[in-house]
Amino acid sequence: MTAAVFFGCAFIAFGPALALYIFTIVTEPLRIIFLIIGAFFWLVSLLFSSLIWFTTTTLIGNKDEPREKYLLIFGVLISVLVQEMFRFAYYKLLKRASEGLKIINPYEKAPSMRLLAYVSGLGFGIMSGVFSFVNTLSDSLGPGTVGIHGDPPQFFLNSAFMTLVITLLHVFWGIVFFDGCEKKKWYTLLVVLLSHLLVSALTLISPHYGLNLVLAYIIMVLMGVWAFFVSGGSCRSLKLCLLCQDKDFLLFNQRAR
Amino acid sequence: MATAGGGSVADPGSRSLLRLLSFCVLLAGLCEGNSVERKIYIPLNKTAPCVRLLNATHQIGCQSSISGDTGVIHVVEKKEDLQWVLTDGPNPPYVVLLEGTLFTRDVMEKLKGRSGRIAGLAVSLAKPSPASGFSPSVQCPNDGFGIYSDSYGSQFAHCKAFQWNKVGDGLAYEDFSFPIFLLEDENETNVIKQCYRDHNLSPNGSAPAFPLCAMQLFSHMHAVVSTVTCMRRNLIQSSFTISPEVVCDPLSDFNVWSMLKPINTSRTLEPDDRVVVAATRLDSRSFFWNVAPGAESAVASFITQLAAAEALQKAPDVATLPRNVMFVFFQGETFDYIGSSRMVYDMEKGSFPVQLENIDSFVELGQVALRNSLELWMHTDPMSQKNETVLNQVEALLSTLEQSSAAVPTVVLRRLNQSQPLPPSSLQRFLRARNVSGVVLADHSDSFHNLYYQSIYDTAESINVTYPAGQSPEEDLNFVTDTAKALAGVATVLARTLYQLAGGASFRDTIQADPHTVTRLLYGFLVRANNSWFQSILRPDLRSYLGDGPLQHYIAVSSPTNATYVVQYALANLTGKVLDLTREQCQNPSQVPTENKDLYEYTWVQGPLNANETDRLPRCVRSTARLARALSPAFELEQWGSTEYSTWTESRWKDIRARIFLIASKELEFITLIVGFGILVFSLIVTYCINAKADVLFITPREPGSVSY
Repeated sequence: MTAAVFFGCAFIAFGPALALYIFTIVTEPLRIIFLIIGAFFWLVSLLFSSLIWFTTTTLIGNKDEPREKYLLIFGVLISVLVQEMFRFAYYKLLKRASEGLKIINPYEKAPSMRLLAYVSGLGFGIMSGVFSFVNTLSDSLGPGTVGIHGDPPQFFLNSAFMTLVITLLHVFWGIVFFDGCEKKKWYTLLVVLLSHLLVSALTLISPHYGLNLVLAYIIMVLMGVWAFFVSGGSCRSLKLCLLCQDKDFLLFNQRAR
Repeated sequence: MATAGGGSVADPGSRSLLRLLSFCVLLAGLCEGNSVERKIYIPLNKTAPCVRLLNATHQIGCQSSISGDTGVIHVVEKKEDLQWVLTDGPNPPYVVLLEGTLFTRDVMEKLKGRSGRIAGLAVSLAKPSPASGFSPSVQCPNDGFGIYSDSYGSQFAHCKAFQWNKVGDGLAYEDFSFPIFLLEDENETNVIKQCYRDHNLSPNGSAPAFPLCAMQLFSHMHAVVSTVTCMRRNLIQSSFTISPEVVCDPLSDFNVWSMLKPINTSRTLEPDDRVVVAATRLDSRSFFWNVAPGAESAVASFITQLAAAEALQKAPDVATLPRNVMFVFFQGETFDYIGSSRMVYDMEKGSFPVQLENIDSFVELGQVALRNSLELWMHTDPMSQKNETVLNQVEALLSTLEQSSAAVPTVVLRRLNQSQPLPPSSLQRFLRARNVSGVVLADHSDSFHNLYYQSIYDTAESINVTYPAGQSPEEDLNFVTDTAKALAGVATVLARTLYQLAGGASFRDTIQADPHTVTRLLYGFLVRANNSWFQSILRPDLRSYLGDGPLQHYIAVSSPTNATYVVQYALANLTGKVLDLTREQCQNPSQVPTENKDLYEYTWVQGPLNANETDRLPRCVRSTARLARALSPAFELEQWGSTEYSTWTESRWKDIRARIFLIASKELEFITLIVGFGILVFSLIVTYCINAKADVLFITPREPGSVSY
């Protein structure tokens, strides 16, 4: 649909991720490294899940339409499971790494686990967004729009918003997940996994974009609130921040950055 | 696909297996079509483009921009619909879907005039063919390259007496700045019309609502201006670049020729050896690229000559005839006599075994399939007959013809009353070089009877080659149509005349052309090339050249074309002999003492299916049917602006395709862009604020002992 739609959808899908990257990650090289490793972990998880899907497909030998759809649903669910497994694996790796970093460099403070949770979530989110949307985005450069076979014409916009919500969700899931692992609250992991499965399953009801998007955004808002509270926010701090009364608050709460 | 990766060397070891597996995964992803693209575009697969051809001074044909021309589809079924496209429509540019019957000169003039509003044109095939005729060729074909010019026979030059091709509108020789495609498949045309009805129609002439159905046509041509310019650019490219970007190619292919008695092709004939030449043309053209059914303009004529060659070869005293007979099928006659001018040039230079002085007489077959009441007209050249000797020779030739046709009741030969020019024919090129005595046999006395000369409608139906319904392809192949019988009659007359001209006398009335051969040839060339007989006469590696439809007879630039091969092998089969040689011996006949590669051509052909229909019985065929290069002498001499020889070239191109899709309004696109910008700016602002206030918002859990008040 030409360059206007291409840039519009690109900004919608990757705008917030770009903003987060510019203001929070770029400033410190260690964060960039952890972001990229997170993205790589997500890629490897995708490779694994697609291998499983491919072997299943070849073994079963899909010949008809409904069987292909069931195999796809199976593939999606396996992919979610594998992604969460790799998130756990990354957590374990970061735990080891922070101890190692303390030994190597005792004078400089290593990034806290909460920060690493955020960075890893962002890494997962960016890679997931890029992978799912770039192909569609390249087709939006051509002169045509979706619809000649009867599909709804807002395909590109819907895909862009969906990508945005998935990226942000990965950030929040990362924060909640790592916090659950730190505090040994295993039910947190289960909730993250279930909500991820729910959002992915929602994308399978493909033509009904409206319902899909609304539910996904609701889940994102809920996860966002939970992540906010988990990472140390509170209603009080939020009120103080919004009403610009933070100066007094800082004096009250001296702590090492 | 994925099997390509799996079929390679089987390495033992699980690590390489894993590598292989991941490679297969990657390949599998690449091989499948992009599903989003399939949601957006419907490709049009059965189309034929109009391409750019150039000659010494002009360019003709069509051009699109390099990234395709997109336009909103508008279906024009009657003349009034054009108004919307030309003036009223609110969403220019438009791609016009034109009914075949409206593809006329005045409609095209109107479209050409408003080319800012026209992005392209798609023409659908008119079924049935337009009754009043349709010919995009000019009214005076090959004018200026024949024998009549302003200095020689000026009263006959430029068709002053009458136009040969009365229905010609010359569209094929115009230059269009937008792409024009032919929609060959009716199903695709219906899909386009359905898309148009669903999205582009609006009540009461108001603007239709977006999204609208649009078409994009890609046919960007690389060559411009003329042959002189494009050959010069080719030369520069090939001199200075390692991988040259050639922009145009000369039209070239091969002439097919054979001799009744074999001659040594490694040297030229003695001047005393006399040869009677029987000539016809192989090619045709149409407005669109590589669509050239050419039934009446070329196919019927060369089929008649093939049948005559077969009939003559069967005469018992062939080996003892005093003069030889050469059957030649010229390629490229449509484009200013490429084949015949090259052969005359080769004969003059001595690179062809037969020389101009060996030619005793010349009999050419023009268009012969649409005879009125059995009449076949004998056209001769009035200018050369001003010479007494030539006049007598031509008179003898005409009387030989009349004697031969006396015993053939289905053909009535007629002389022309007044002195008329020769129709466009290869004989004209020979007369330019030397005053040979020649005659052109045609079904028309003045203008062509062919209403579809060099157009897409010159098909089997236009010469009444029709088959009863419900027959299998094999039955159709062997069904003798009336046209086949009529053409067999003409072939018999031709064969007997050639026999008599070559000096034979005793067996003249036993020579008879076989209607069965004629009908099999007609079926193969005009209806379905992939039939059992054509398959059996070709080499095994040419099997795929036979498609399920008719063969196309456009000269093209890569040679030899499918049709040329089939004609050569048909001639070999009909006039040659099956030998008892093995495959190796057939491919290296110099090893066999009794065979001579200079005299004959040896080919290993597939042969017919065996009794169980599982395998073929290949055999070696020996014949004198050969190919001779048909590239205009202008390219040999590098005279690209030549007015004496044909200078036609075809442009090169990268991508030719067509597709349809929906387009959205500009407003919607702009809104999407604005929303995107808005979200980006908003997220930048919010992130900056949160980051600045991060210490306040996110309280780190206090480590014990570090609190200070």
